[in-house]
Amino acid sequence: MRNVKFKKLLIGIIILIVLTPIGLILPEKFKSGGAWGEWSADEIEKILGYVPEGLKRLSKLWSSPITDYTFSGWESGVKGYIGYILSGIIGIALVIGISFLIGKFLVRKNGNT
Amino acid sequence: MHIPDGYLGPITYGSLWGGIIPVWIYASKKIKEIFKASHVPLLALSSAFSFVIMMFNVPIPGGTTGHATGATLIAILIGPWAATLALSISLIIQAFLFGDGGITAIGANCFNIAFAGAIGGYGIYRLISGARGKGQGVKTELRTPNSELRTRQLIGAGIGAYVSINFAALFAAIELGIQPILHTGLDGRPLYSPFPLSITIPSIMIGNLLIFGIIEAIVTILVLIYLRKSHPELIRG
Repeated sequence: MRNVKFKKLLIGIIILIVLTPIGLILPEKFKSGGAWGEWSADEIEKILGYVPEGLKRLSKLWSSPITDYTFSGWESGVKGYIGYILSGIIGIALVIGISFLIGKFLVRKNGNT
Repeated sequence: MHIPDGYLGPITYGSLWGGIIPVWIYASKKIKEIFKASHVPLLALSSAFSFVIMMFNVPIPGGTTGHATGATLIAILIGPWAATLALSISLIIQAFLFGDGGITAIGANCFNIAFAGAIGGYGIYRLISGARGKGQGVKTELRTPNSELRTRQLIGAGIGAYVSINFAALFAAIELGIQPILHTGLDGRPLYSPFPLSITIPSIMIGNLLIFGIIEAIVTILVLIYLRKSHPELIRG
């Protein structure tokens, strides 16, 4: 397998990243909410009328820097789409970097050629 | 299907962390055994593919959304164990950076989507496709089979993908649904995910059985057809 081939696959991934706003636009068009069972504590309160104690406690455990692939202040419209693409670029750069390092570490000196 | 923090109590999320760590260790061993240095970029691209495909939310009109995971496709390309690791890396970044899935629930989400998804989907694929080779990841590459075998592989991949995502969803639904049984406060109210199995299973499964499973199958088949044309060296038995 030569690197040239991987470049072509990487271009495929980049095209997909640019298209990701479809994943925002379609649910908006069809007036769909989020995924079932992935509500925030606030949304749970609206559904149930209260927030379960443990859920309240654990849901505050971690606050992610780019929650829901959205940059604060860039929530809606075109800015939302651009933020979504940027999130994709950041996330994918990270997963490529990390899996590459883990992969390199695992195959070091394993003698497979 | 990405369970957030707070939905699973410590018994469940703890057990699933306990379940996934040995899986990661075994998967790492498998990669060490069968990967060549030149296969490493494929692991990275697989991880990237699973990340990006999960950004394509598919709506149920007026209802909820879901997405494909790529688990079966990736398992066919790089083997089920390497696929488990590739998907886990995506899920971990999604949790930490984007709050997509919880931190305490990383064990659960990796168990459901990466492990159950990849192994389940790949098992069905092998069963139906009649693919040869010893399931040794990237080591065995497919030598262009006859057209009947090719068709069987695509059918196997599609059904495997459909089952894979439903398998992952069922695991998530069961984990969520047992919370009210496991954890209740002194006032009798649930401490974590509040819905019983009789609600979680139909609510989660309907979307996956009717829509997301089919999307997963279509994505898997289309990418395989594309790769077979442009990157035949990647498709293996």
